[in-house]
Amino acid sequence: MSEWTRSASMMPELLSALLSGALTTIEITFFSFILATVIGAALAIVQSFPATLPRAVIRVYVEVMRGTPVLTQLFVLYFGLAQIGIKLDPIPVAILGFGINGGALLTEVFRAGLQSVHVGQSEAAFMLGMSRLKALRYVLLPQAMRVVIPPLANYGVGLLKETALASAVAAPELSFYARNLVTKTYLSGPIYVMAATIYIAMSFPLSRLAQHLELRASRGRRAP
Amino acid sequence: MGTHAKGLLKRFCGRKDLNWPPGMTANDLQGLANAPPLITVSNLCKSFGGQPALDNVSLTVAAGERVALIGSSGSGKTTLLRCVAHLEKPTSGEVIVAGRHVGDRIVDGRKIVMLDRQLAEIRTGIGMVFQRFNLFPHLTALENIMLGPLKVLRMKRDEIEPFALELLKKVGLAHKAGAYPEHLSGGQQQRVAIARSLAMRPKLMLFDEATSALDPELVAEVLEVMRQLAAEGMTMLIVTHEMAFAEDVADRIVVMDHGTIVDQGRPADLIANPRHPRTLALLRPKRAANLRSAS
Ligand SMILES: Nc1ncnc2c1ncn2[C@@H]1O[C@H](COP(=O)(O)OP(=O)(O)O)[C@@H](O)[C@H]1O
Ligand SMILES: [Mg+2]
Repeated sequence: MSEWTRSASMMPELLSALLSGALTTIEITFFSFILATVIGAALAIVQSFPATLPRAVIRVYVEVMRGTPVLTQLFVLYFGLAQIGIKLDPIPVAILGFGINGGALLTEVFRAGLQSVHVGQSEAAFMLGMSRLKALRYVLLPQAMRVVIPPLANYGVGLLKETALASAVAAPELSFYARNLVTKTYLSGPIYVMAATIYIAMSFPLSRLAQHLELRASRGRRAP
Repeated sequence: MGTHAKGLLKRFCGRKDLNWPPGMTANDLQGLANAPPLITVSNLCKSFGGQPALDNVSLTVAAGERVALIGSSGSGKTTLLRCVAHLEKPTSGEVIVAGRHVGDRIVDGRKIVMLDRQLAEIRTGIGMVFQRFNLFPHLTALENIMLGPLKVLRMKRDEIEPFALELLKKVGLAHKAGAYPEHLSGGQQQRVAIARSLAMRPKLMLFDEATSALDPELVAEVLEVMRQLAAEGMTMLIVTHEMAFAEDVADRIVVMDHGTIVDQGRPADLIANPRHPRTLALLRPKRAANLRSAS
């Protein structure tokens, strides 16, 4: 019996196991995307203020995150923190790890977005009596989003695939399940094809959404 | 002005931090002669990377007064205006607007930092019209006008909308309420920008070459709105290259050259009796050229 026919008979079990892994993949992707976006926007806003110390700290954070592999960062969170008595479960570790890593990337994205808004816009906002925060919220950020949305959407698509690394800290996501099933059944071909199909089924709608948002942003209103 | 707007006006006037003079009469102006000036600039210096842009400038503007700032390009007019609004931090010297010191200051050798919030409060009473309009491109004309009252004065939408529409009508753009800035001509954008400033009920309006970025045929419509504002008694500090407008509208013309004030006076006096060659060159370029070639 070839591995394909054997796997056909085991299809229901394999599929339900892989799909429950896919749910975890979605969970990790969703929450780390939110975390990364919040970190990125917040730090870019802090960077837009003149205070130099917070800016230096943020630069160090961004450089460290960009200069080390995500896998290493996950290990540090998982094993490193455990050594000093902080034991986190794999899923929170994955969410935190990808969130903090993506936060650094998105700090740069939001910073570029804010810098793309003409300085006259903040001056006009200030002359209406707005504080820096109000100017950011009502004038600068809405305009920065035109520049931010395309890379943000692409980051989301990339993140979905990148979460496969979380299997290294035993987060029970799609790749983790796939590998475990292969170890148990030796059906490596069919199982990895099924896993790949599920990844595509999840990422295709996301990348279509990204394309749509990108198109809309590029058509968006420009400063006259 | 509609009854609703009048009600709003009362509300605003009731605010103790915003007691600008609405609809001043000549008598009021007499009284104000003794009142402290709305703007006091003393010994203001500003340099950019060691290059002085303002060199010991002192100037006062009384409430209800229209002052035109003229001078050739690079003479420091914009910098002076921006220092009054504290968009530019003076290198030294003092700016007082409506009795309040603007920016950080040093008292008894100690630096007193002006907070973002305090600065914002002072700017609430100052309207500024920019050469490049600076309308918010993601908002319609009406939304541009309402943003300040909604978010800074925390008014309700139904409170401010009738007033905002009235301002649009006042600048002749009632039919453009829903238009985004990119769909408005330069002259229309500038008129919306003026209405946006007026929505905050400023005590004082600053104009930085409000018509310089406009096609020639669009200049008049903006000057007309400014003329109307002047007629209503608004205190205005106007940087302009429109000499006929300055002579016509200003109570006083101030001439700048190389970062200093070289001449000032009532337009008629200044034309009859210019004390500085720049004054003559700016106000009567043709005559100045004739005099030069004759001598
Ligand atoms: N942000 C700036 N950085 C450097 N130099 C500046 C800046 N703004 C103005 N200047 C210089 O200051 C001088 C006065 O400029 P400005 O106030 O814009 O003059 P005006 O408005 O009369 O044309 C000019 O020499 C100009 O180059
Ligand atoms: Mg200028």
